[in-house]
Amino acid sequence: MQEHDVAWVRTEMALAQAAPSSAVGPNAWVRKNLFASPIDTVLTLIAALAVVWFLPQILNWLFFSAVWSGADRTACLTTEQGGQLPAGWSGACWPFVEARFGQFMFGRYPLEERWRVILTGVIFIALLIPLLTPSAPFKKLNAILFFVVFPFVAFFLLVGGYFGLSYIETPLWGGLMVTLVISYVGIVVSLPLGILLALGRRSKMPIIKMLCVVFIEAIRGVPLVTVLFMASFMLPLFVPPGMTFDKLLRALIGVALFSSAYMAEVVRGGLQAIPKGQYEGADSLGLGYWQKMGFIVMPQALKLVIPGIVNTFIGLFKDTTLVLIISMFDLLGVVKQSISGDPTWATPQTAKTGYVFAAAIFWIFCFSMSRYSMFMERRLDTSHRK
Amino acid sequence: MNKAKVILGAALLGLVAGAASADTLDDVKKKGFLQCGVNTGLAGFSSPNDKGEWTGLDADFCRAVAAAVFGDATKVKFTPLSAKDRFTALQSGEVDILSRNTTWTINRDTALGLNFAGITYYDGQGFMVNSKKLPGITSALQLSGAAICVQSGTTTELNLADYFKANKMEYTPVVFEKFEEANAAYDAGRCDAYTTDQSGLYAVRLQMSAPDDHVVLPEIISKEPLGPAVRQGDDKWFDIVKWTYFALLNTEEAGITQANVEEMKSTENPDLRRLLGVEADTKIGTDLGLTNDWVVNIVKGVGNYGEIFERNVGTGSPLKIARGANALWTKGGLQYGPPIR
Repeated sequence: MQEHDVAWVRTEMALAQAAPSSAVGPNAWVRKNLFASPIDTVLTLIAALAVVWFLPQILNWLFFSAVWSGADRTACLTTEQGGQLPAGWSGACWPFVEARFGQFMFGRYPLEERWRVILTGVIFIALLIPLLTPSAPFKKLNAILFFVVFPFVAFFLLVGGYFGLSYIETPLWGGLMVTLVISYVGIVVSLPLGILLALGRRSKMPIIKMLCVVFIEAIRGVPLVTVLFMASFMLPLFVPPGMTFDKLLRALIGVALFSSAYMAEVVRGGLQAIPKGQYEGADSLGLGYWQKMGFIVMPQALKLVIPGIVNTFIGLFKDTTLVLIISMFDLLGVVKQSISGDPTWATPQTAKTGYVFAAAIFWIFCFSMSRYSMFMERRLDTSHRK
Repeated sequence: MNKAKVILGAALLGLVAGAASADTLDDVKKKGFLQCGVNTGLAGFSSPNDKGEWTGLDADFCRAVAAAVFGDATKVKFTPLSAKDRFTALQSGEVDILSRNTTWTINRDTALGLNFAGITYYDGQGFMVNSKKLPGITSALQLSGAAICVQSGTTTELNLADYFKANKMEYTPVVFEKFEEANAAYDAGRCDAYTTDQSGLYAVRLQMSAPDDHVVLPEIISKEPLGPAVRQGDDKWFDIVKWTYFALLNTEEAGITQANVEEMKSTENPDLRRLLGVEADTKIGTDLGLTNDWVVNIVKGVGNYGEIFERNVGTGSPLKIARGANALWTKGGLQYGPPIR
């Protein structure tokens, strides 16, 4: 045995010390993310310069030198244009958006009936939020209400003509309301229809397979504009005069079919990624076709293609602006109409203000969809990556 | 026997003709409103205002027709139409009247099967220049060598080329796909002149950073007679639309306005009494298929032509377009209403 002549032996654990400032904290973050290498440093400086250069101007235009109230175009004119503002002024003309806000939201839906649209919107949100919150109870009931009951409620509320509600014809609809109606119908129809088409395309029954392939390829082969154009202008020439289909209905059908074809291909991508063993496993358990698809294959396949599905939804949401070419006015259409048509608001700033407003609304919707899809991806992530 | 055959044949023919030319007036009366095709948004001609009501010269013309038919200028529904779908909409019966700044051409009158009821606005392609940048330009003939902003793919572009060729002048076209782009480029000084229809130039001018610096030159290089159109084959309806337009002109000429139409009814002037349908046993209105006070209804509803013009595109509007060719013939313009008697 060896003798130890140690005077002091530590009997307890040393207390943990804070990590050095070069490893954690804001300094470390800056070093790691902004100035890690010479190239990073250069890029950071360029980006910072761009922000310093543009941000004040943008903020200035949007808020600080913007006009906030006024009754007509004179509020947003400089002295040399016949208004009150100093020469060389440039800023957003928000009173234009304020005066037109109702139209941007509801189109020419009658003023005294707009509560019906608002009520529909409130029901929509009240059903949507619990549906999107994973922890909320009654998912099945909620889904039935949202996907099956709500369309009927919305139809009766918006169109009217029953239960003492006056009939509001669809040419009066417009603005964000039309954008949302088309998107909602497109999304609600395209997902189930797309799944069926994808399954049909991979089916072993030749006729079903052929029908699905023909449908998908025919629709994907033409631009949405053409589909809308045909539905809007050619159809009336083929049917007897006096017989008219609702224009909005035609657009809804066109958009829904169009997005289902794309959705089918997205879902098919997911189906192809499922290993053969999963199908065989389901078969060996004695599950039928629909059980196999519903319990084993689809949950995995759909989870895989969430980004693709949401991509299609976002694309669909933005494609709704194309209905302008068949003289229907979605949000962007109404904004455009207000800019080009109304001399009471014609100023050099009106167009910019209107487009910025429309862009902001579109961004809010698309950004929320994309964030929510990322949240769902993380939540459902049981993948093989770990 | 032969006689019977002829009668039967004539009756059948009548039946066929009746089926082919639907009676628009009856349809409109049955529906209870007039369906009017307008532009989706054109300053001064048709655009929804802040409250969502359609305003503008074209929209008001439809109101005038509604007033003539129903005695109520509000019984009209508007269908905004793009340049592409306007004729289909009229042909398929989706609208009863197309009042959408449509140029009257022989092709549209014949091949497309339309009937133009008149020229509610004499338009034409013109030029606008920045007088600060190019002082001393007072005529389009001085624009030799200029850079000119124009929208691509329009007849405007072709007219421009023809005009400069005919006058042996050089120019540089600066072509844009979109209206807004062309505006911005002109405002930024990328071209010396801007060309489009004159009514459009006034609307563009409102969006310039210094509107007063811009002058619309007097030359008009193309004829763009804009007017309301109806389907061919229904003369009764065509007459109503045509004479609504003439009534608007005649009331302006007679000095009958929205404000004084009621007192004018007690006038002694036989011409005016006929016009206003207060002459005893007059049949002017009923012959048209309307009531005899149709002119009174029109003026009460929307005013006379001059009032419509001033309110929508003239001094009462931000556009401030001068009457010019659209003045009455008595004032050196082209607007001439045949007598109502």
